Amino acid sequence: MAAPPRHATMQSISNGSAAQGNDRPQTQQSQHVQQSQQSPGLRVPSNRKTIYDRHLNRSRNAELSRASFAFLFGEMVTYAQRRVTGIQDLEKRLNEQGYPLGLRLLDLLFYRSTSTSSSALSSSSTSSSPPNRPLRIITLLHLIHGPLWRLLFGRAADALEHSVSPDTPNEYMITDNDPMVNTYISAPRDMSMLNCAAYVAGIIEGVCDGCGFETKVSAHNQPTELWPSRTVFLVRFGDPVMEREKVLERAGVK
Amino acid sequence: MPDNNRGVFSLIIINKAGGLIYQREFQAGLRKLSTNDYLVLAGTFHGVHAITRSITPKIPISQPAQSPATSSTGTAAPAASGYSYPNPGVPVSGLDYLETDKFRLTCFQTLTGTKFLLFTDPLTGSVDAIIQKIYELYADFVMKNPFYQIEMPVRCEAFDRHLGAWLRGRM
Repeated sequence: MAAPPRHATMQSISNGSAAQGNDRPQTQQSQHVQQSQQSPGLRVPSNRKTIYDRHLNRSRNAELSRASFAFLFGEMVTYAQRRVTGIQDLEKRLNEQGYPLGLRLLDLLFYRSTSTSSSALSSSSTSSSPPNRPLRIITLLHLIHGPLWRLLFGRAADALEHSVSPDTPNEYMITDNDPMVNTYISAPRDMSMLNCAAYVAGIIEGVCDGCGFETKVSAHNQPTELWPSRTVFLVRFGDPVMEREKVLERAGVK
Repeated sequence: MPDNNRGVFSLIIINKAGGLIYQREFQAGLRKLSTNDYLVLAGTFHGVHAITRSITPKIPISQPAQSPATSSTGTAAPAASGYSYPNPGVPVSGLDYLETDKFRLTCFQTLTGTKFLLFTDPLTGSVDAIIQKIYELYADFVMKNPFYQIEMPVRCEAFDRHLGAWLRGRM
């Protein structure tokens, strides 16, 4: 008994103007409702071209204002700083902000890699076949070092190293001499350990997780005379990943 | 001019309330004042700047109205006061520079009220360009820094670094 009026209220919630059109001719009203179901809660531009109608490669070579990014990222840091207990907590929050971006970015990265020439592909994949999801650690790290960095910052990262210590074979390091996110940020003296590139570390973590590699990534300051904001991203793969890596190596999977 | 930018002595930044927020010397061996003296200097300059702005002479607008051929701007000024600044299109600025035999103090006030005071050699050229660049660096490395609290003393390592590097490159 309660069903019909409930349905009517739902309709009016989903589209406020539909309720006003109740006394219109039946055909017009049904058309109106259909339209509202296509884009609930979205404001559609007058030419009906939303961001979803655009080709994904349209903004491939588009550039963003560095200043507006700097202000946005500054506000993200300020937001993350609220109610934190310490530097590690702040870095964890920044990391968590980057993680979902990494997960989503991965699909875009693969999509754009397959639809472009081999120059944008990761160095390990051949130009004849589209690149698959990376299975081995090195392939994944090359994907991050090259294509991911180019997608985010317009250039490749500066170095990719494996830990020399025999105790930590699961540690890899990606170095960026001048991380774009830190360009305008100077941490106060009592927080000198803080590196806001923890956000980028979160993106890397998201990309690795999206590829099926369980990872912990952290950002560390390693300033040099020439590069005062040089940052090292320490990538620590989990034990299951390392075990799988051994199996794949024996099987000869590349 | 080979020694065009040599005599840049020091820089002071004053916030809009007249408080000292930044002070730095660019040449070794300059005599230093105590922190308190710098604060007094900043506050005094802030007051003098406000006074110079308010004592800007005004001219009665009835005069140009009687003889419109001499000045057409005078008629456009509001008639309520009866007096107007000589050139109403240009906003009234306070002290712009102060010169002695030994140094020249140039003041640049931003639209938000922050003042940059640059102490230079009187023979130094293109001081305006130097101040513009300092303002640009301030906008980049101070205002875009999420750890900088507005109107508070500037402690931004990236600002110090870029300012020093840029001035060294010009010398």
